[in-house]
Amino acid sequence: MPMKASIIITPKKAVLDPQGKTVQGALEHMGYQGVKEVRVGKYLEVDLAGVDAETARRQLDEACHRFLSNPVIEDYRLELHD
Amino acid sequence: MRFAVLQFPASNCDQDCVHAIRVLGHEADLLWHKETSLGNVDAVIIPGGFSYGDYLRCGAIARFSPVMQAVQRFAAEGGLVLGICNGFQILCEVGLLPGALIRNRSLQFRCEQVLLKTANHETPFTCRTPHDKLLKIPIAHGEGCYFADEPTLARLQANRQILWQYCNPAGELSDDANPNGSLLNIAGICNEQRNVAGLMPHPDRASEELLGSADGRLIFEGMCHTLASRVPAAA
Repeated sequence: MPMKASIIITPKKAVLDPQGKTVQGALEHMGYQGVKEVRVGKYLEVDLAGVDAETARRQLDEACHRFLSNPVIEDYRLELHD
Repeated sequence: MRFAVLQFPASNCDQDCVHAIRVLGHEADLLWHKETSLGNVDAVIIPGGFSYGDYLRCGAIARFSPVMQAVQRFAAEGGLVLGICNGFQILCEVGLLPGALIRNRSLQFRCEQVLLKTANHETPFTCRTPHDKLLKIPIAHGEGCYFADEPTLARLQANRQILWQYCNPAGELSDDANPNGSLLNIAGICNEQRNVAGLMPHPDRASEELLGSADGRLIFEGMCHTLASRVPAAA
């Protein structure tokens, strides 16, 4: 059954994110209120076919850890959808 | 001595490195990233550039190239490996060096001469650098801000793995001399065994007076000196 995986990668809290800071400054400058913090990350969309959900999750989780994110500087969130 | 200079798609300082080594009177050959063996070489240089277009993260894709398997074996056996700029990023991604290089604090691509203080002279890469000498070497990067978590930084300091730090003309590790926001002004580090090192500045672009500085030679000369003093393996 075809599936979609969404992977959201964000800089770890302890890592300086100058992009996020700059975007935050721009939002404030434009008058948008209540912006506490912005962190800029990456979004990956993966189409899957021919694997069951459990295998897909296990493989992508490994790939996120080994390759798609860098655990030194980034956190990731993996979601599977039908 | 014989150096292998790795070549990935979009490496762009490979020829500079080959030239810098040949100017010193040593041999250097380019080695394509699909190669699975380094052949009979004494040292490896991973040059600067934008391997695989810097897609995903700088160095993230290059680290899985076949040649990097060979580099990891070579390093495990004590072989000398130097990563410059993108080469430093690749060495961090592959785990031969700790930490990571992230976007410059200023968000700007910085291309300029910087001054480097050598923090540990007892490594193959720094042993030919005089103690009071500040190295004038150019940088050219957008993602050269060195980051590592607190325990890793503490280990780097305890093991004296920090080799080069950005400094001002007085040799002070000031914030205004730090071009990218690197923690502890770190420009380059080595592994615990002292045989793998990486730095963001380009010694290859400072290897002849004609280029504005020949200070980068000291790093390559250190490697050659170390290799020459190693006892050759029995035939």
